[in-house]
Amino acid sequence: MKQSDVVLRTDNLQAHYILEVPGGQKIVKAVDGVDLQIRRNEIYGIAGESGCGKSTLMRTLYAWMQRPLRLVGGSVYYTRDGSEFDVYGLSKQELRELRWRFIAYVPQGAMSIFNPVIKIKETYRDFLSSHLPGKTVDEMFEIAKEHIEQLGLPVTILEAYPHQLSGGMRQRVAIALAALLRPSVIFADEPTTALDVVVQRGVVQLLKDIQERLHNTIILVTHDMGIHANIADRLGIMYAGRMIEEGDTAEIFENPLHPYTQFLINSLPQFGDTGERVSAPGQPPSLANLPRGCAFHPRCPKAMPICRESSPQTTVLGEHRVACWLHAEGREAVHAAHS
Amino acid sequence: MFLRKYLIPRLIQYFLVIFLGITIVFFIPRLAPTNPVERTIAEIRSRGTYLDPAHIQAMVDALTEMYGLSGSWLEQYKGFWVRLFHGDFGVSFFQFPTPVITLIKNALPWTVGLLFTTTMLSWLFGNIVGGMAGYANNRFWSKILDFFAMFIRPIPYYVVALGLLILFGYVYRVFPISGGATIGHRPAWTLAFVKDVLRHAFLPAFSMVLLGGASWFQTSKLVVQNVKAEDFVQYAQLGGIRERRIMFRYIIRNAMLPQITNLALSLGQILSGALITEIVFSYPGLGHLLYSAISTGDYNLIMGIITLSIVTITTLVLIVDLVYPLFDPRIRYK
Amino acid sequence: MAFGSTLRDLFRDYRFVVAFIVLLFLVTLAVMSFFSPYDPTLWYYAPRDLRPSNEHILGTDSRGQDIFWQATFAIRNSLIISLVAGVISRIIAVVVGLVAGYQGGRTDRVLMFISDGFLVIPLFLILVMLAMLIRDKMNIVNTGLLLAVFGWAWDARVLRAQVLSLREREFTKTAVLSGTPTLQLVFKEYMPYITPLAFSTLINNMSWAIGMEMTLSIIGLTNMDIPTLGTNLKWALNYQAILMRRWYWILTPVTLSVLLFIALYWMSVSISEYLDPRTRVQRVGGE
Repeated sequence: MKQSDVVLRTDNLQAHYILEVPGGQKIVKAVDGVDLQIRRNEIYGIAGESGCGKSTLMRTLYAWMQRPLRLVGGSVYYTRDGSEFDVYGLSKQELRELRWRFIAYVPQGAMSIFNPVIKIKETYRDFLSSHLPGKTVDEMFEIAKEHIEQLGLPVTILEAYPHQLSGGMRQRVAIALAALLRPSVIFADEPTTALDVVVQRGVVQLLKDIQERLHNTIILVTHDMGIHANIADRLGIMYAGRMIEEGDTAEIFENPLHPYTQFLINSLPQFGDTGERVSAPGQPPSLANLPRGCAFHPRCPKAMPICRESSPQTTVLGEHRVACWLHAEGREAVHAAHS
Repeated sequence: MFLRKYLIPRLIQYFLVIFLGITIVFFIPRLAPTNPVERTIAEIRSRGTYLDPAHIQAMVDALTEMYGLSGSWLEQYKGFWVRLFHGDFGVSFFQFPTPVITLIKNALPWTVGLLFTTTMLSWLFGNIVGGMAGYANNRFWSKILDFFAMFIRPIPYYVVALGLLILFGYVYRVFPISGGATIGHRPAWTLAFVKDVLRHAFLPAFSMVLLGGASWFQTSKLVVQNVKAEDFVQYAQLGGIRERRIMFRYIIRNAMLPQITNLALSLGQILSGALITEIVFSYPGLGHLLYSAISTGDYNLIMGIITLSIVTITTLVLIVDLVYPLFDPRIRYK
Repeated sequence: MAFGSTLRDLFRDYRFVVAFIVLLFLVTLAVMSFFSPYDPTLWYYAPRDLRPSNEHILGTDSRGQDIFWQATFAIRNSLIISLVAGVISRIIAVVVGLVAGYQGGRTDRVLMFISDGFLVIPLFLILVMLAMLIRDKMNIVNTGLLLAVFGWAWDARVLRAQVLSLREREFTKTAVLSGTPTLQLVFKEYMPYITPLAFSTLINNMSWAIGMEMTLSIIGLTNMDIPTLGTNLKWALNYQAILMRRWYWILTPVTLSVLLFIALYWMSVSISEYLDPRTRVQRVGGE
């Protein structure tokens, strides 16, 4: 992979929630050693069950850290105009300027993210005036109007108050707003959750449209594998705060290597299916109390003794990466040594 | 559209509350175990006045007439409302024969002036400072102010008033201890008179602003802290919107809404506080009048003050209620 | 919610600790009244206007009574009045809040209309009117009852809000679907949430009741023969204690009541902050 293709890179990223409880601290390891390389002009999907740390990972990448969430280790590097920088090394002002112009965010639950006492066009104006100084109010409304029209959304929404719009519409407005200043990276956190299937399609279509227009990167988090199959170019599977598999979407669907990924793929129903769908047994572990060794081993049907002892390293097989002892190099030796 | 759904029900509620309130005010004395007429006679007796038995019946009759207690209940009720519409509350007993309405009219401006200015001041001041404290709720000054408010807020009006009176009226003789203006001073729009009024008004006003301000400060701080954690504020922050804009357009604009409602709900309590403060300072408003009325058992005067207060408060609450939709589009457009 | 661990958590809040100590002190004073060597209804059993001495810790007042022992009775009666008022108004508030919140619809609207009516009408004045008429019949319990009738409205709303949010929760829907009768649902399931809230409002209400009692006393509407914080203050005012600089007499009820108000307020604030789910998650580590 060419270096110049990479727009976002992380290096053993760790972010924990550190909670003060009577008698000490409770540490929730939401992001526990994540290495990513995300390219330009692609849609990168992040999949996994609820509570695996996906949203926290997004926040950490966006540098949206608030107590009790803290960056515990590793770094996040962005490449802009050819040069790379550490996003956590920026000053508050630089970070504020970076936001929306270079990286944008669509939070989970777009139901309540708009200021309820002002119209949508005013929200647009707030974003514009904070990042594009020197425009008059009318100019800003014009920009907002053009933008909405281009994306195929009805212009009337600008005059509406947030509570007058449906949930699906609000989601689309949030996505459109994220694309307003043509950022190089857009983070979308569960954009289709809580929406019915028809509306979901509209949302997915909008994301595709934006990516095609801007040729930028969209990082999409959802537990819905169907959405990933639909628009993600590459896919990363997250479990218990770690990336356990990554690769081209088609490759992952056809040839899932990690037992957990296999469960995820197999759980998707297909036309003509009458057999029973099997999902992974048991529950995902509590991020405050991770099991020793591989975090998946208590639920893994192919668990080996080594899985209980140490955390698997990442094996790279071309574009396909997986963190599992089953696929580790020299695994026969490993297997033999422990049986 | 909005009118029908919001305005009409509110107006109905308004009239209903006034009607019920006044009806209650009408019935309580008539249902109470002691008859007001008997009370008055007892009161007179207890002051040692000798009453010729032959005259007592005449007194009873006169008093019954004066208190609007003659005739059947239905007749009384109708008569009550008729007189109400004419602004006739009967004649004061302890300042016979001055009509109650005159006494009230004289006292009213003092109370209104005190009430209005102190409520506005404490609401605005408390909300702004409390809002800023809520926004910067980790800063030292915010915590100190909160600490002070914790001491002041639970103390009832008259204790604060009494405390201030003792401290600044007796111990350190800075302010006058009673009255609205120096006795003998002619009311006129001269600077001297205005200054005199202000000097007299300072302590009562200060005690109310202190209490009211502490209360609004604390509620405002809490509200702002909650609003700060709302999704749309978080979104604005991660969108890189300028802090000042977030503070005013997102936080304060939204924090105002519950505070307006709270203002409406506290008006009754604030009025009570004002009356009590007036009593402590012998300030010539409705409070003081009420106190005199109670001490002398002046039935008509008490009824008049209570009725008027109910109408006033209910009306003020209605006004606040009608103003609210102007600030909250969720009510304006359903 | 284990009681022991709750108490331990509460004690971490300095406000709770201070409030607890002060209240303990005041209750001790109240209990001491049972051992008083003097009968509070008697006058002139001691020389008047004495300064504090070994025999009379806070001196005596113009009515020839020992200020300290009078104060113990005052605290006791005020606390009793406020307890009566608080408990009864809680019962009303809980019933109204629960019924309105759970039933919703018309019942809710009617109940809230009544409750709002109580809020908007200046209660003080109605109390004045009532007190004026039944002044002679007022004893401790009656005063408490009277205050109770007017003190439930605000908290009924608060409790109702809590019930409304509980109603939307999962376990309610599950219980309803499994056929739990309404009454049982409301009492068994909701009580653990309602009780602490009711308790914190109880404390607030007690504070309000004491304040009201004192206010009514100052304007002369309570039974002056019963020693309470309010009547003690009133007697002092009647005898021009401020003018005569008899500070011990007038400042005793004032100081005691201020301590009481602050302690009750701090206690209620620390309890309600403890209950607030937002601050709670942070403390307990979240679920």
